[in-house]
Amino acid sequence: MSDFTPNIQVFCCHYTSQQALSVSPEGLRADGFPAGASINRVVCGGKLKVSSLLKAFEDGADGVCVVACPEDKCHNLMGSQRAAKRAGAVKKVLAELGLEAERISMHHLERGFHQEFVTVAQEMEQRVKAMGPSPIKGEK
Amino acid sequence: MIVAERKPVDEILKMIGGAKRVLILGCRGCVSVCSAGGEREVEILASMLKVGRKKEGKPIEIIEASLVRQCDKEYIDSIDQWDGQFDAILSMACGVGVNFIANLRPMVNVYPAVNTSFFGGSAEQGVWSEQCAGCGDCVLHVTGGLCPVARCAKSLMNGPCGGSQDGRCEIHRDVPCIWQSVYEKLNGLGRQEQMLELAPIRDWRSAGHGGPRTAVRDDLTV
Repeated sequence: MSDFTPNIQVFCCHYTSQQALSVSPEGLRADGFPAGASINRVVCGGKLKVSSLLKAFEDGADGVCVVACPEDKCHNLMGSQRAAKRAGAVKKVLAELGLEAERISMHHLERGFHQEFVTVAQEMEQRVKAMGPSPIKGEK
Repeated sequence: MIVAERKPVDEILKMIGGAKRVLILGCRGCVSVCSAGGEREVEILASMLKVGRKKEGKPIEIIEASLVRQCDKEYIDSIDQWDGQFDAILSMACGVGVNFIANLRPMVNVYPAVNTSFFGGSAEQGVWSEQCAGCGDCVLHVTGGLCPVARCAKSLMNGPCGGSQDGRCEIHRDVPCIWQSVYEKLNGLGRQEQMLELAPIRDWRSAGHGGPRTAVRDDLTV
């Protein structure tokens, strides 16, 4: 378990990820972005689908973070609220399947690269390390 | 539309048992509109079942598809393109679709992935409410267009009952008394005297109490 590198999938909207994506992967890691974390950009949080988030778990994610604009500052008005609803739906699905609902988290961040963006992934990494690998990966 | 809701995933996993290959079949009719069994929901359920079965250590192969409707023979016939590729069908259509597949494909294991709930409409985004009971003997012309069969907890034909308080039903404060609404509607239209007309004792055979119902349009049967 000690060499366990959690697979963290971070789904973010164009606006919350644009600065993060503008730096090199090395630069992002240097800021503390976890080694097993990947960024998946969608044009707006409202475009995020429940099935895409579930597919991430299906494909081996140990944890999923959704990052979108502040609830009242979405570039497309309601997108980040919709993202939160869909992350909430996946949380319920995980619980329904007997998996830890904490494996998915929702965050509303201001635009631009800042430490909170990295912290979101770091916190998920810590949470997943405490829970262990996703039970559907067959790794114990 | 017919409103449905997905069954709990553990119930679905239990009903498909050890099936290794499942065809999840959505319907692009009512259940698609109420977001219970359209293409998007097929995709979600497929993912849920794959995750659920991986967790059990019993992987599952899933074919995802949806039909224009599951309540017409010509669309059901298209299931044959997947012949031999599945052990069971999980229908996300209303109960009519499940029945149609069961009627037309006697050797196919078909299971319902949704609970068929009611005939209703979208009250607001993501919220549906029952509006019609499909009772077969419509009385909306005397109730201002508001259905006492579906929307009165007691299906009273001469309401309101004594449990109506402040325009609310006694079963719950969130439920409006439909007979209060009928009164307000008729009053607004200047037809309040219609409330004084006694509805006769009703013959409920048309509501299904006389067995399964059939509708025949002779001019369309050739």
